[in-house]
Amino acid sequence: MINIAWESFTPYSALFGGAVIGIATTMFLLINGRIAGISGILGGLFRPMPGDILWRVAFILGLIVAPTVWLAIAPMPATQIDASYGTLVLAGILVGVGTRFGSGCTSGHGVCGLSRLSIRSLIATLSFMASGFMMVFVVKHAFGG
Amino acid sequence: MNYAFFSFLAGLVFGIGLIIAGMANPAKVVGFLDITGEWDPSLMFVMGGAILIGFFAFRLASAKSKSLLGFGIKIPDNKRIDMRLVGGSLLFGMGWGLGGFCPGPGLVAIGAGEVKAVVFVIAMIAGMLLFEVIDRPKLR
Repeated sequence: MINIAWESFTPYSALFGGAVIGIATTMFLLINGRIAGISGILGGLFRPMPGDILWRVAFILGLIVAPTVWLAIAPMPATQIDASYGTLVLAGILVGVGTRFGSGCTSGHGVCGLSRLSIRSLIATLSFMASGFMMVFVVKHAFGG
Repeated sequence: MNYAFFSFLAGLVFGIGLIIAGMANPAKVVGFLDITGEWDPSLMFVMGGAILIGFFAFRLASAKSKSLLGFGIKIPDNKRIDMRLVGGSLLFGMGWGLGGFCPGPGLVAIGAGEVKAVVFVIAMIAGMLLFEVIDRPKLR
Protein backbone atom coordinates (compact mmCIF):
# COMPACT_ATOMS: atom_id res chain seq x y z
CA MET A 1 0.00 0.00 0.00
CA ILE A 2 2.35 2.71 1.23
CA ASN A 3 5.65 2.88 -0.58
CA ILE A 4 8.38 4.48 1.54
CA ALA A 5 11.07 6.52 -0.22
CA TRP A 6 13.92 5.11 1.87
CA GLU A 7 16.65 7.02 0.01
CA SER A 8 15.14 10.43 0.86
CA PHE A 9 13.82 9.49 4.35
CA THR A 10 15.91 11.28 7.00
CA PRO A 11 14.50 10.25 10.39
CA TYR A 12 17.39 11.45 12.57
CA SER A 13 17.84 14.95 11.15
CA ALA A 14 14.04 15.27 11.05
CA LEU A 15 13.70 14.32 14.70
CA PHE A 16 16.61 16.55 15.73
CA GLY A 17 15.40 19.51 13.65
CA GLY A 18 11.95 18.96 15.12
CA ALA A 19 13.42 19.04 18.63
CA VAL A 20 15.12 22.37 17.83
CA ILE A 21 11.75 23.69 16.63
CA GLY A 22 10.32 22.42 19.92
CA ILE A 23 13.01 24.34 21.81
CA ALA A 24 12.12 27.51 19.86
CA THR A 25 8.42 27.17 20.70
CA THR A 26 9.37 26.49 24.34
CA MET A 27 11.55 29.63 24.47
CA PHE A 28 8.82 31.75 22.94
CA LEU A 29 6.16 30.32 25.24
CA LEU A 30 8.10 30.57 28.50
CA ILE A 31 10.04 33.79 27.83
CA ASN A 32 7.58 35.81 25.75
CA GLY A 33 4.44 34.02 26.82
CA ARG A 34 3.23 33.45 23.29
CA ILE A 35 2.41 30.71 20.82
CA ALA A 36 4.95 30.39 17.99
CA GLY A 37 2.35 30.25 15.24
CA ILE A 38 3.98 31.78 12.20
CA SER A 39 0.87 32.57 10.13
CA GLY A 40 -0.60 34.32 13.16
CA ILE A 41 2.59 36.26 13.87
CA LEU A 42 2.78 37.47 10.26
CA GLY A 43 -0.98 37.93 9.77
CA GLY A 44 -1.30 39.92 12.99
CA LEU A 45 0.73 42.66 11.31
CA PHE A 46 -2.27 43.40 9.12
CA ARG A 47 -4.58 43.89 12.08
CA PRO A 48 -2.16 46.02 14.08
CA MET A 49 -2.59 47.00 17.70
CA PRO A 50 -0.35 49.43 19.60
CA GLY A 51 2.94 47.85 20.74
CA ASP A 52 2.16 44.76 18.74
CA ILE A 53 4.35 45.27 15.70
CA LEU A 54 8.01 45.17 16.75
CA TRP A 55 8.04 41.66 18.26
CA ARG A 56 6.23 40.27 15.21
CA VAL A 57 8.74 41.81 12.82
CA ALA A 58 11.58 40.59 15.07
CA PHE A 59 10.36 36.98 14.98
CA ILE A 60 10.00 37.08 11.18
CA LEU A 61 13.47 38.61 10.84
CA GLY A 62 14.82 35.76 12.97
CA LEU A 63 13.39 33.25 10.49
CA ILE A 64 14.79 35.14 7.50
CA VAL A 65 18.24 35.49 9.08
CA ALA A 66 18.41 31.77 9.98
CA PRO A 67 20.09 30.63 6.71
CA THR A 68 22.77 33.30 7.10
CA VAL A 69 23.55 32.17 10.65
CA TRP A 70 23.44 28.55 9.52
CA LEU A 71 25.95 29.30 6.74
CA ALA A 72 28.49 30.34 9.37
CA ILE A 73 28.45 26.73 10.63
CA ALA A 74 27.64 24.55 7.62
CA PRO A 75 26.60 24.81 3.98
CA MET A 76 22.87 25.27 3.31
CA PRO A 77 21.14 22.02 2.34
CA ALA A 78 19.78 22.05 -1.23
CA THR A 79 16.46 23.77 -1.81
CA GLN A 80 14.39 22.43 -4.67
CA ILE A 81 11.24 24.30 -5.68
CA ASP A 82 9.48 22.47 -8.49
CA ALA A 83 6.38 24.69 -8.58
CA SER A 84 6.29 27.37 -11.29
CA TYR A 85 5.99 31.07 -10.45
CA GLY A 86 2.31 31.04 -11.41
CA THR A 87 1.63 28.02 -9.20
CA LEU A 88 3.48 29.67 -6.31
CA VAL A 89 1.28 32.76 -6.60
CA LEU A 90 -1.85 30.61 -6.32
CA ALA A 91 -0.25 28.54 -3.54
CA GLY A 92 0.68 31.69 -1.60
CA ILE A 93 -2.81 33.17 -1.83
CA LEU A 94 -4.36 29.88 -0.67
CA VAL A 95 -1.90 29.61 2.24
CA GLY A 96 -2.48 33.25 3.23
CA VAL A 97 -6.28 33.15 3.16
CA GLY A 98 -6.50 29.60 4.51
CA THR A 99 -4.20 30.01 7.51
CA ARG A 100 -5.99 33.20 8.56
CA PHE A 101 -9.47 31.70 8.31
CA GLY A 102 -8.26 28.53 9.97
CA SER A 103 -6.36 30.52 12.65
CA GLY A 104 -3.08 28.69 12.17
CA CYS A 105 -0.64 26.69 10.10
CA THR A 106 1.80 23.84 10.59
CA SER A 107 3.46 25.65 13.50
CA GLY A 108 0.46 27.08 15.35
CA HIS A 109 -1.90 24.11 14.98
CA GLY A 110 0.51 21.33 13.98
CA VAL A 111 3.23 21.89 16.57
CA CYS A 112 1.86 24.16 19.32
CA GLY A 113 -1.75 23.00 19.16
CA LEU A 114 -0.93 19.30 19.18
CA SER A 115 1.63 19.87 21.96
CA ARG A 116 -1.13 21.15 24.20
CA LEU A 117 -3.49 18.39 23.04
CA SER A 118 -6.02 20.77 21.49
CA ILE A 119 -8.81 18.96 19.65
CA ARG A 120 -9.42 22.08 17.56
CA SER A 121 -5.80 22.03 16.37
CA LEU A 122 -5.99 18.29 15.71
CA ILE A 123 -9.00 18.86 13.44
CA ALA A 124 -7.16 21.71 11.68
CA THR A 125 -4.01 19.59 11.24
CA LEU A 126 -5.94 16.61 9.88
CA SER A 127 -7.77 18.98 7.50
CA PHE A 128 -4.69 20.64 6.01
CA MET A 129 -2.83 17.34 5.78
CA ALA A 130 -5.78 15.72 4.01
CA SER A 131 -6.09 18.49 1.45
CA GLY A 132 -2.29 18.61 1.08
CA PHE A 133 -2.21 14.87 0.33
CA MET A 134 -5.08 15.33 -2.11
CA MET A 135 -3.50 18.28 -3.88
CA VAL A 136 -0.17 16.50 -4.39
CA PHE A 137 -2.03 13.43 -5.63
CA VAL A 138 -3.92 15.56 -8.16
CA VAL A 139 -0.84 17.47 -9.30
CA LYS A 140 1.63 14.55 -9.45
CA HIS A 141 -0.49 11.56 -10.30
CA ALA A 142 -4.00 12.34 -11.52
CA PHE A 143 -2.66 14.51 -14.33
CA GLY A 144 0.20 12.12 -15.00
CA GLY A 145 2.72 14.87 -14.31
CA MET B 1 13.17 45.89 23.76
CA ASN B 2 14.06 42.62 25.52
CA TYR B 3 10.74 41.30 24.36
CA ALA B 4 11.56 41.92 20.68
CA PHE B 5 15.07 40.52 21.13
CA PHE B 6 13.82 37.21 22.53
CA SER B 7 11.17 37.14 19.83
CA PHE B 8 13.96 37.47 17.25
CA LEU B 9 15.91 34.70 18.98
CA ALA B 10 12.92 32.34 18.98
CA GLY B 11 12.39 33.01 15.27
CA LEU B 12 16.07 32.36 14.59
CA VAL B 13 16.13 29.05 16.50
CA PHE B 14 12.86 28.04 14.83
CA GLY B 15 14.38 28.75 11.41
CA ILE B 16 17.51 26.77 12.22
CA GLY B 17 15.31 23.86 13.31
CA LEU B 18 13.51 23.99 9.97
CA ILE B 19 16.85 23.95 8.11
CA ILE B 20 18.18 20.98 10.14
CA ALA B 21 14.91 19.14 9.63
CA GLY B 22 15.10 19.65 5.86
CA MET B 23 11.75 21.41 5.91
CA ALA B 24 13.01 24.62 4.31
CA ASN B 25 13.12 22.54 1.14
CA PRO B 26 9.72 22.32 -0.61
CA ALA B 27 10.70 19.16 -2.51
CA LYS B 28 11.04 17.38 0.85
CA VAL B 29 7.64 18.62 2.03
CA VAL B 30 6.01 17.50 -1.24
CA GLY B 31 7.76 14.14 -0.71
CA PHE B 32 5.82 13.84 2.56
CA LEU B 33 2.53 14.92 1.01
CA ASP B 34 3.01 12.45 -1.86
CA ILE B 35 1.49 9.61 0.16
CA THR B 36 0.37 7.62 -2.89
CA GLY B 37 3.80 7.87 -4.55
CA GLU B 38 7.26 7.39 -3.07
CA TRP B 39 6.47 8.60 0.45
CA ASP B 40 9.03 10.38 2.63
CA PRO B 41 7.68 10.25 6.21
CA SER B 42 10.36 12.67 7.54
CA LEU B 43 7.87 15.48 8.28
CA MET B 44 6.09 13.21 10.78
CA PHE B 45 9.37 12.89 12.66
CA VAL B 46 9.84 16.66 12.63
CA MET B 47 6.43 17.13 14.19
CA GLY B 48 7.09 14.28 16.60
CA GLY B 49 10.35 15.83 17.80
CA ALA B 50 8.77 19.26 18.19
CA ILE B 51 5.67 17.99 19.98
CA LEU B 52 7.70 15.80 22.34
CA ILE B 53 9.41 18.93 23.67
CA GLY B 54 6.42 21.23 23.23
CA PHE B 55 4.24 18.92 25.34
CA PHE B 56 6.37 19.54 28.42
CA ALA B 57 6.68 23.24 27.64
CA PHE B 58 2.90 23.67 27.65
CA ARG B 59 2.52 21.65 30.85
CA LEU B 60 5.11 23.89 32.47
CA ALA B 61 3.46 27.02 31.07
CA SER B 62 0.02 26.06 32.36
CA ALA B 63 1.42 25.93 35.89
CA LYS B 64 2.85 29.45 35.62
CA SER B 65 0.97 32.70 35.62
CA LYS B 66 3.68 34.87 34.07
CA SER B 67 6.37 34.42 31.44
CA LEU B 68 10.06 34.82 32.32
CA LEU B 69 9.89 38.43 31.09
CA GLY B 70 6.92 39.02 33.37
CA PHE B 71 4.19 39.03 30.74
CA GLY B 72 0.98 37.05 30.79
CA ILE B 73 1.11 33.71 29.02
CA LYS B 74 -1.35 33.80 26.13
CA ILE B 75 -2.64 30.33 25.36
CA PRO B 76 -5.61 30.15 22.97
CA ASP B 77 -8.88 29.23 24.66
CA ASN B 78 -10.98 28.96 21.51
CA LYS B 79 -12.35 25.43 21.31
CA ARG B 80 -14.81 26.03 18.49
CA ILE B 81 -14.74 23.58 15.60
CA ASP B 82 -16.58 25.18 12.69
CA MET B 83 -16.47 25.74 8.94
CA ARG B 84 -14.04 28.60 9.41
CA LEU B 85 -11.49 26.30 11.00
CA VAL B 86 -11.99 23.34 8.68
CA GLY B 87 -12.55 25.32 5.46
CA GLY B 88 -9.57 27.58 6.14
CA SER B 89 -7.34 24.63 6.95
CA LEU B 90 -8.46 22.80 3.80
CA LEU B 91 -7.55 25.87 1.69
CA PHE B 92 -4.21 26.12 3.47
CA GLY B 93 -3.46 22.46 2.77
CA MET B 94 -4.25 22.93 -0.92
CA GLY B 95 -1.76 25.78 -1.15
CA TRP B 96 0.76 23.82 0.91
CA GLY B 97 0.50 20.87 -1.49
CA LEU B 98 0.71 23.08 -4.58
CA GLY B 99 3.89 24.91 -3.63
CA GLY B 100 5.45 22.76 -0.91
CA PHE B 101 5.67 25.88 1.26
CA CYS B 102 3.97 26.70 4.53
CA PRO B 103 4.58 30.13 6.12
CA GLY B 104 7.74 29.39 8.17
CA PRO B 105 9.76 27.62 5.47
CA GLY B 106 8.69 30.29 2.95
CA LEU B 107 10.28 32.98 5.12
CA VAL B 108 13.42 30.89 5.76
CA ALA B 109 13.83 30.22 2.03
CA ILE B 110 13.75 33.99 1.39
CA GLY B 111 16.78 34.24 3.65
CA ALA B 112 18.43 31.51 1.60
CA GLY B 113 18.05 33.76 -1.44
CA GLU B 114 15.31 31.82 -3.22
CA VAL B 115 13.48 34.18 -5.59
CA LYS B 116 10.56 31.76 -5.82
CA ALA B 117 10.13 32.00 -2.05
CA VAL B 118 9.87 35.78 -2.34
CA VAL B 119 7.05 35.34 -4.88
CA PHE B 120 5.32 32.81 -2.61
CA VAL B 121 5.55 35.05 0.47
CA ILE B 122 4.29 38.14 -1.39
CA ALA B 123 1.31 36.10 -2.62
CA MET B 124 0.79 34.78 0.91
CA ILE B 125 0.74 38.33 2.29
CA ALA B 126 -1.75 39.24 -0.45
CA GLY B 127 -3.88 36.30 0.72
CA MET B 128 -3.70 37.53 4.32
CA LEU B 129 -4.75 41.02 3.21
CA LEU B 130 -7.60 39.47 1.23
CA PHE B 131 -8.70 37.76 4.44
CA GLU B 132 -8.71 41.13 6.23
CA VAL B 133 -10.93 42.57 3.47
CA ILE B 134 -13.36 39.63 3.62
CA ASP B 135 -13.36 39.28 7.38
CA ARG B 136 -13.21 42.83 8.66
CA PRO B 137 -16.80 43.94 7.95
CA LYS B 138 -18.10 40.91 9.86
CA LEU B 139 -15.88 41.66 12.81
CA ARG B 140 -17.05 45.19 13.45
